[in-house]
Amino acid sequence: MRVVTLRINGDEREIAVRDHWTLLEALRYELGLTGSKQGCDKGDCGACTVLVDGEPTLACVTLAVLAEGREITTIEGLAPRHRASGGEGADPLQEAFDRCGALQCGFCQPGTLLSARALLDRTPRPDREAIRAALAGNLCRCTGYTQILEAIELAAGEAAGVEVPTPEWMADLRRAEGTSRP
Amino acid sequence: MSARDVHGVEPPWGDAFSVIGKPHRKVDGLAKATGQALYADDLSLPGMLHAKTLRSPHAHARIVSIDTSRAAALDGVHAVITGADLPTPYGVIPWTQDEHALALERVRFIGDEVAAVAAVDEETAEAALERIDVVYEPLHAFLDPHEAAERGEPAIHPERKKGNVSKHVELEFGNVEEALAEAEFVVEGDYFYHGTTHAPIEPHCALARYTADGLLTLWSSTQITHYVHRTLSAVLGLSPTRIRVVQPCLGGAFGGKSDPFSFELCAAKLAMITGRPVKLLWTREEVFYAHRGRHPMHMHYRAGADSDGRLRGVDARILIDGGAYSSFGLVTTYYSGQLLTGPYDFPAYRFDSTRVFTNKPPCGPKRGHGSVQPRFAFEVQLDELAQKVGLDPIEIRRGNFQGSDTSTVNGQRITSSGFAECLDAVEHASDWKARHGALPFGRGLGVAGSMYITGTNYPVYPNEMPQAGVQLKVDRSGLVTCFTGGNDIGQGSNSVVAYLVAEELGMDHRDVRVVAADTDLCPVDLGAYSSRVTFMVGNAAIDAARKLRRAIVGAVAEAWEVELERVRMIGGTVLDLGDAERALTTAEAFQLAEARLDTLGSTGSYNTPTLGGDYRGGTIGASPAYSFTAHVVEVAVDEETGRISVNDAWIAHDCGRALNPMLVAGQMEGSAYMGMAEALLEHHEVNRFGLHAGPSLLDYRIPTAVDTPELHALIVESLDPEGPYGAKEAGEGPLHPAIPAISNAVWDAVGIRLRHLPFTPAKVLAALSERTPRAAGSEV
Repeated sequence: MRVVTLRINGDEREIAVRDHWTLLEALRYELGLTGSKQGCDKGDCGACTVLVDGEPTLACVTLAVLAEGREITTIEGLAPRHRASGGEGADPLQEAFDRCGALQCGFCQPGTLLSARALLDRTPRPDREAIRAALAGNLCRCTGYTQILEAIELAAGEAAGVEVPTPEWMADLRRAEGTSRP
Repeated sequence: MSARDVHGVEPPWGDAFSVIGKPHRKVDGLAKATGQALYADDLSLPGMLHAKTLRSPHAHARIVSIDTSRAAALDGVHAVITGADLPTPYGVIPWTQDEHALALERVRFIGDEVAAVAAVDEETAEAALERIDVVYEPLHAFLDPHEAAERGEPAIHPERKKGNVSKHVELEFGNVEEALAEAEFVVEGDYFYHGTTHAPIEPHCALARYTADGLLTLWSSTQITHYVHRTLSAVLGLSPTRIRVVQPCLGGAFGGKSDPFSFELCAAKLAMITGRPVKLLWTREEVFYAHRGRHPMHMHYRAGADSDGRLRGVDARILIDGGAYSSFGLVTTYYSGQLLTGPYDFPAYRFDSTRVFTNKPPCGPKRGHGSVQPRFAFEVQLDELAQKVGLDPIEIRRGNFQGSDTSTVNGQRITSSGFAECLDAVEHASDWKARHGALPFGRGLGVAGSMYITGTNYPVYPNEMPQAGVQLKVDRSGLVTCFTGGNDIGQGSNSVVAYLVAEELGMDHRDVRVVAADTDLCPVDLGAYSSRVTFMVGNAAIDAARKLRRAIVGAVAEAWEVELERVRMIGGTVLDLGDAERALTTAEAFQLAEARLDTLGSTGSYNTPTLGGDYRGGTIGASPAYSFTAHVVEVAVDEETGRISVNDAWIAHDCGRALNPMLVAGQMEGSAYMGMAEALLEHHEVNRFGLHAGPSLLDYRIPTAVDTPELHALIVESLDPEGPYGAKEAGEGPLHPAIPAISNAVWDAVGIRLRHLPFTPAKVLAALSERTPRAAGSEV
């Protein structure tokens, strides 16, 4: 056991962890931050992805003690961060995931969203290939990724004030004329 | 089926829908996006213990003895249970209950559950497992289904009288031999489906609480709350009135969370013994061993056609590798034959399907249960037939389309069918006419079609009660709460219920709250399987909403002293069509009605019509509606490496009516992705010792965003006469054509027929080297 001070979503939190505990265990079981998910516990699925100093990091293969002194952002921290910088509601990327249907079971999405957030923070207008590459460590079993890609493109486009093409099913749906994004 | 079960395809008010047909957000979307949604493992209770399961290291063995005393003596261990503590057999199908929560006298696969421990933490529980002493007497393990079909001893389930045969079904409609003898062209071949698993990203988890008043509550990652409720009662010997089952937010299922499982029973039993809450969370490896995934099938098909390509007859012989338990296998065996009889018409059909037990992780229902494998075989064979006849692959499908409002050769009723429109859509979008057969060597287009059920007509256990029930509760604030037993497993069924109720009551769908999948609070629904929820729960929701609407409109009309027809609920208000000045908000109308009538609420339900062929098994595969799909995929085959890449997939799916096209597109894209993965990447492989070849998400190769092609979802709406506003399923059907379309595209690309899954580079290279000179010659 040792006492560590973690800086998470802007808060300093002092907790006792066993030496071998992962950051994911500390987040989920000590700090009640259950938004980060455990899908495989060995770094294969990406559901546990958090940002450490802005970089997507697998919390399930990162020792909690090694995260000391670093800036950790979990999914719970995105909307407050957005509001602290003068925004309203959730992070536009979170809103875009919801608006585009990218959240089916939602279990992988905290990790996927944080990978996407890191990408957009670095590259505000990535092309589809760059988005795919940035998400390569986040397995999604529901969506076939398409609506996730569309959500990230929508958020990036709106942030840049650029019109984003509507997805094929929407363009194709004659009866949905006048239909727009929620 | 009564009048309450059919509500028409038209908008409830006037010409247009207000909520339906639009890409609204989901009711739980932001909760999921922000990490607020709670899944089973996110829950914890004061004093909670953690449980772990001891599993068999043998593929097949007799248990000579189990000694748990050393484990029980370990500090921090609160209970240890074995098969003797839960001796009642269970299984989802009432006629084949061959499972035990923990093995009684025999283990049947590596990973079979033997004992469970509850301790203060997971590490202590793991340490206790090491101290359980089990003596096994290994038995011959069956790993090859052919051997299991021929050899009955040692029987994997000795209590059954049919050797190692789990289920055999042989049905013939028309005279197949005669039809094939008369056919101008006959194609015959062997096809193999290898076996894949669901791999939801959330591992299975249950949390059990047993309180001093004798009430058991189980939160479980299940997709069928109702069957878990029944199984807990039967196995624990508790009255169902003392049990509450709740499904929290669910992290994916795809059929893999349909069976009642050992982890649910063990968590409950351990909570009852210790009096403390117990959580049992599977590791990813355990999820792979629990499996219940898609059955490997060895399939032999013969199909014959006239000179114009009209199908005359189809003959199938299928050996199904069931793994260690029955699970849904009785249904799988029927589905392997019963669901092939559309969208094409053939006057003669026979199938002979045998499911055998083997000493491998048990197979069960995976998205497109029982019919994905035969569909693969048949759609490839149909392309072979087209080639023989000299027809374009889309044309042979068009020419054999059975149409709508018809019945199949095995006696199933087809109502709506948009299959022809699906073919048109993919043909057009892929520029098929200009590009099929015309792309440079190494690139090709392939097509395939399919049909799938929208729910099954008969419940898993026979009863005459509704399949789906919904209850509405009205609040004076203008809020309507909808209680449904339906399981939202990510597909969005709770959202669909909110849209439907809002449409009927002319409200904003955000003023409808949905409480689901809690057996204490919600009327029974049979759960999320067989693509039944939108259709059945949707109809029940409309039924309940119409009753409520009638009461409110009646009360308002009476207060205004006008005819009922003049009162409209629309856009969050209640209007008088005869007086533009007169209007109430929805909340005011609720208050008026509550004052005049009673506390407001309503119930609604749905039950299926009596359907199915008049023969034993004729009701299995009967559905109130069928969905239809066509895919065209474009592949590139690398001649040097043998690697197939899918660049684009056009998916056209007839979902009846798209209640929310965004959610429909998501189901279509997710289905197509999963099918492609089965064809090219995924393999649930068990080695010659019965050990899983790679039970991790690294070894079991789920496609990443980089591996997934561009998916083009093309929605086709045929408006089903019995679906809620005409809706049918979208979650399973669109998977089927993905696999054969790839095989057919590879033929177009490089002239080889891939009949054995998965389509690995090694198989492609071998087939390329064996190509006939004619096919090879045509490449240049």
